[in-house]
Amino acid sequence: MNIHEYQAKELLRAQGVPIPPGEIATTATQAEALATKYGTAVMVKAQVHAGGRGKAGGVKYCPTPADAKAKAEAILGMDIKGLTVEKVLVTVAADIGSEAYVGIIVDRATKKPVFMVSAAGGIDIEEVAATTPEKILYVPVDPRYGLPTYQAMRMGFFLYEDVKLARAAAKIMQQLYAAFMAAGCSLAEINPLVVTPSGELLAVDGKMVIDDNELDRLPAIAALRDESSEEPSEVDARNANLTFIKLDGNVGCVVNGAGLAMATMDLVKYYGGEPANFLDIGGSSNPEKVVNALRIITSDPNVKCILFNIFGGITRTDDVANGIVTATKANPLKVPIVIRLTGTNEEIAVKILTDNGFSASSEMDEAVQRAVQLATGASN
Amino acid sequence: MSIFIGKDTKLVVQGITGRDGSFHTNQMIEYGTQVVAGVTPGKGGQTFAERVPIYNTVHDAVQHTGANTSVIYVPPPFAADAMMEAADAGVQLIICITEGVPVLDMTKVYPFIKEKGARLIGPNCPGAITPGESKVGIIPGRICTPGPVGVVSRSGTLTYEIVNHLTRAGLGQSTCVGIGGDPINGTNFIDCLEAFEKDPNTKAVCMMGEIGGTDEQEAAEFIKREMKKPVVGFIAGQTAPPGRRMGHAGAIISGSAGTAAEKIEAFQAAGMGVAKRPVEFVELIQARLR
Repeated sequence: MNIHEYQAKELLRAQGVPIPPGEIATTATQAEALATKYGTAVMVKAQVHAGGRGKAGGVKYCPTPADAKAKAEAILGMDIKGLTVEKVLVTVAADIGSEAYVGIIVDRATKKPVFMVSAAGGIDIEEVAATTPEKILYVPVDPRYGLPTYQAMRMGFFLYEDVKLARAAAKIMQQLYAAFMAAGCSLAEINPLVVTPSGELLAVDGKMVIDDNELDRLPAIAALRDESSEEPSEVDARNANLTFIKLDGNVGCVVNGAGLAMATMDLVKYYGGEPANFLDIGGSSNPEKVVNALRIITSDPNVKCILFNIFGGITRTDDVANGIVTATKANPLKVPIVIRLTGTNEEIAVKILTDNGFSASSEMDEAVQRAVQLATGASN
Repeated sequence: MSIFIGKDTKLVVQGITGRDGSFHTNQMIEYGTQVVAGVTPGKGGQTFAERVPIYNTVHDAVQHTGANTSVIYVPPPFAADAMMEAADAGVQLIICITEGVPVLDMTKVYPFIKEKGARLIGPNCPGAITPGESKVGIIPGRICTPGPVGVVSRSGTLTYEIVNHLTRAGLGQSTCVGIGGDPINGTNFIDCLEAFEKDPNTKAVCMMGEIGGTDEQEAAEFIKREMKKPVVGFIAGQTAPPGRRMGHAGAIISGSAGTAAEKIEAFQAAGMGVAKRPVEFVELIQARLR
């Protein structure tokens, strides 16, 4: 789960990370009032779940309250990578001496949280890694012991020669690590970590990505979800316990299992079609899930054909068949449907489907080819 | 012979009285797996299906039954503890089926299990099956048949799809292992490939990877360097949109984006057969067994 910059900053601030004061505004007048209250130059920053906000014109320096009002006016409602800006963060502008990058991710290879720090901050760390990898220090942490001071100091000295700055940075690393663990993150970063001309360290931007598997046990973190900044069909799917990602094609896919779902999308492409989505109905399915899946897929006007690909293990194919019948009785389909199912209770499923006027295939290749033909024919 | 599980597997089921645990325990017993014990705290002393004794702790189960393998069906918040409990009780092989285990839990569980000298498969995996001998997990037994093909995969239902093709073409399996789709898992492709290379019953291997991470690339290097037996690979997710299932930053350390194209290239560089569709495994394996 993604959270906004202002939310990440609240979590970091709670651990003691020094961050310039800032608050959220949803109108230009509020932004102006905040700038007046701070009595100094501010930054107005779009709060959307997208990278490259600055390049898109969603981050502006505002020397006066009037300026803050004008800039907020322009940014609110702006479209950044398909997302509408609903909120801006108005925050005191920091004087910047130097900029560093500090981040933690869970690394697959070492199977540990790994710090990445670089004195080349303020830009994309991906770019630094690609062009000047020697400028990044990687430090794996054993989570059973936490981040010991010596490791934090090693990173502090990698960034700053001055011992006072190194110590201050080390303290921030420990605070960042505490925030990372407390919020169940898969990524947490401060970029840039700034040294002001007066020699103070400040976290000017922060980002956190939460592991979805943590949300059940961290209700306060789960409550940070901003559904208004997510794709509506994906929100709908999540609330129905389905894993769904919207794509641009015209073959709507309903599959059980992530691997088979990806392989189905690949096969659609192999036969010359384009998948409209990734949708995993998961194991132990019930007819209700199928009803929800069909509702979500058919709400996409691009979908010209629906393809079911079910390999019944835990999933009972008769549950899926019942779901298809129930859903299409309530809302008759406007596009053709191709059903492939095999495995647990296949005979019962096929009977349910044929009794209700559907046909079913037991071969994946055959079904995918048919679905692609129908979708392509329909769009011509 | 086979890898990881077989006739000597004596299984303890953690979470045996839960909805999934009880259903799959019945399936495993029906398949012929030696299910010697179950664990549900508070239900010690009871009996499952009139034959399997239930204990309060894995320690008790191991002490009384000599269980050497455990399978875990407990809900995600308790899975990390269940894995550690099994390792601490001296269980050698721990297979965690549970999906949704927080990855930070796994950063603590993984080194704990290593230090105890146990092997973990999963979490978020379908388990393993040695056809005709033992099934641990949720892989449907009826799609498998004994034979010379080793199968290792990161996915569940995609594995069933491919195993089904193999079986129908008369290509039986030595062992099928699902290593799970989570970022941190106990057993990786190389662990399985190494075991298949040593297993006299395995003559060829099917390997099904996915986008994300660099496990497949490392496995390809291992195959090129260490393996004499032929391996055929497949990568799911060629059409997956970048950045949706894996954070960009996750790839910084490895210097790889974990794309399907990268992985397929690594397979080809290792001289492996590459299946473009699941059904192609049949031909490619047949050609290598001749």
